[in-house]
Amino acid sequence: MAARYADKDQLVEAARLARSNGYTRMEAYSPFPVEELFEILGHKDRRLPWAVFFGGLTGCLAGFFMQFYANVFDDKLNIGGRPFNSWPAFIPITFELTVLFAAITGFVTLLSRCGLPEIYHPVFNIPTFDRASLDSFFLCIMADDPKFNIEEVSEFLKKTNAADMNRVEH
Amino acid sequence: MDKHEHFITAEKPDYASIDRSVIGIPLEKGFRRPWLFVFAVAFPLFIVLQISIFWLFVKGVGIWGIRIPVGWGFAIINFVWWIGIGHAGTFISAFLFLLHQPWRAAINRFAETMTLFAVMCAGMFPILHLGRPQRFYWMVPYPNTMGLWPQFRSPLMWDIFAVTTYFTVSLLFWYTGLLPDLASARDRAQTYWKKRIYGILSLGWRGAAVHWEKFNTLYLLLAGISTPLVVSVHTVVSFDFASSIVPGWHTTIFPPYFVAGAIYSGFAMVLTLMIPVRKIYHLESIITEAHLDVMAKVTLTTGLIVGYGYMMEMFIAWYSGNLYEHFLIKNVTTGPYGIMYWMLILCNVIAVQILWFPQVRRNPVILFILSIIFNIGMWLERFVIVVVSLHRDFMPSAWAMYYPTVWDWSTYLGTIGFFFVAILIFVRTLPMIASFEVKELLTHEHK
Repeated sequence: MAARYADKDQLVEAARLARSNGYTRMEAYSPFPVEELFEILGHKDRRLPWAVFFGGLTGCLAGFFMQFYANVFDDKLNIGGRPFNSWPAFIPITFELTVLFAAITGFVTLLSRCGLPEIYHPVFNIPTFDRASLDSFFLCIMADDPKFNIEEVSEFLKKTNAADMNRVEH
Repeated sequence: MDKHEHFITAEKPDYASIDRSVIGIPLEKGFRRPWLFVFAVAFPLFIVLQISIFWLFVKGVGIWGIRIPVGWGFAIINFVWWIGIGHAGTFISAFLFLLHQPWRAAINRFAETMTLFAVMCAGMFPILHLGRPQRFYWMVPYPNTMGLWPQFRSPLMWDIFAVTTYFTVSLLFWYTGLLPDLASARDRAQTYWKKRIYGILSLGWRGAAVHWEKFNTLYLLLAGISTPLVVSVHTVVSFDFASSIVPGWHTTIFPPYFVAGAIYSGFAMVLTLMIPVRKIYHLESIITEAHLDVMAKVTLTTGLIVGYGYMMEMFIAWYSGNLYEHFLIKNVTTGPYGIMYWMLILCNVIAVQILWFPQVRRNPVILFILSIIFNIGMWLERFVIVVVSLHRDFMPSAWAMYYPTVWDWSTYLGTIGFFFVAILIFVRTLPMIASFEVKELLTHEHK
């Protein structure tokens, strides 16, 4: 069941009410990020930053040891008796590969955590959903919510100043 | 929040009008006259680039004016020039994001796109300069039958990693920021194919809170890692020079002075492109005079740092007491290329002072002309660094003059053609302003 709101604050208010009424399986849609919702809908999780961190760490170690292996073991070049492990000269490439791996990991994790790419999704069946990217704010209470009951949910959303409401089939 | 109220100046701004003016541009039918005019100039230049590259593959780098002692010539001048221009995009999208500058919302997408195309132009030159450009992949560390590794201690190898990383990270940053606007374009599109194409490109973005939460986190992280990245890229480029022993190159001031010069020329290029675009597509209410004003201020600041760099270069050369450094000052200022040096001082040190006047900073016409002058100045700066330092180094018997050939010019002008063709296609196919960020800004302002 999805309700449309014309204003960001109405959506935040509705989401807060729904939460305090015990609904847990909800999702909100907005044309730009609404920070308050992340907390209310319980979307905060630290997996993405950790993934980026470990991606960066992998790049850092792989980058350094690739150069270390090449110059110390595989392809020794004696240049004026300088040490094979001339680590300061390896730092720029190590740094660049750290950034590269961190960024790619971050992007891939973003997509996988959001379940993208997913060209079709049931919410696109809402007749006014094209306005979710323009000027409308949606709150959707899912049918698999333990408290879900179509009459109660409709009654509840009606009370939250929704501009209109739609049943989303999936 | 009246601190940044003047960054949107529409009569009665609302979400729909922002979308109409921003997302509407790639969706409109036909082309505007100025667009066609620029395209008609840029596209032939792009063809010239292809002919020049073809001829280079046939004949080799001998078609260029590079002769020992000046082995670098236009290829490296243009490489440094283009990559410097690219830096403003990352600076605007990453650095200003971390500093919570609300005005970046209107210009970051455009500047990031400029970065991508400028880095493409930059990347072409070192490859074309290789002698055997078709074997550029030898510089990538891959298991090869020759049993060799690239020389990781060389700044030129650092460049490969810096530039490819820079391009990839800029592309991911740009595409991540583009997803919500591609979804917006999908929802606004009227025709079958536009709906499908934007739908696929947006990867099914639907603005769910769970999407936005991850999006915000990633955007912040990418901004955090891109900021040191952008500094590192031009630092590594300056190492190509600074780690050698050539007088005029062997200086410790190069990294910061290169980075400042990069941001200076990049902002100048953003102004060169944005001033006509905002006029042609009537975006004056989103890209306001206040935006021009702050961009001009950044240009002025970085321009002054560049001026300080010139001064210090001269001072240290004199103070070192080194015979070759002393000769360099004399040769740069009064040698055969002396006119280039004084023109660069005129462009980058004297002309930039006009930006102290607030009326100038808000005058699109004067700013547009100045921005072109600054970019010419920055090109001359790289010419002086590359050519003048090389053409007379330690032994007078090895001195020679450098004259660019017609192929040098055609390749250089060709990349400018490529750049403008790419920018024009971007303007007509993708949302050039981050519409969701402007909407967010609007919401905060009208609380």
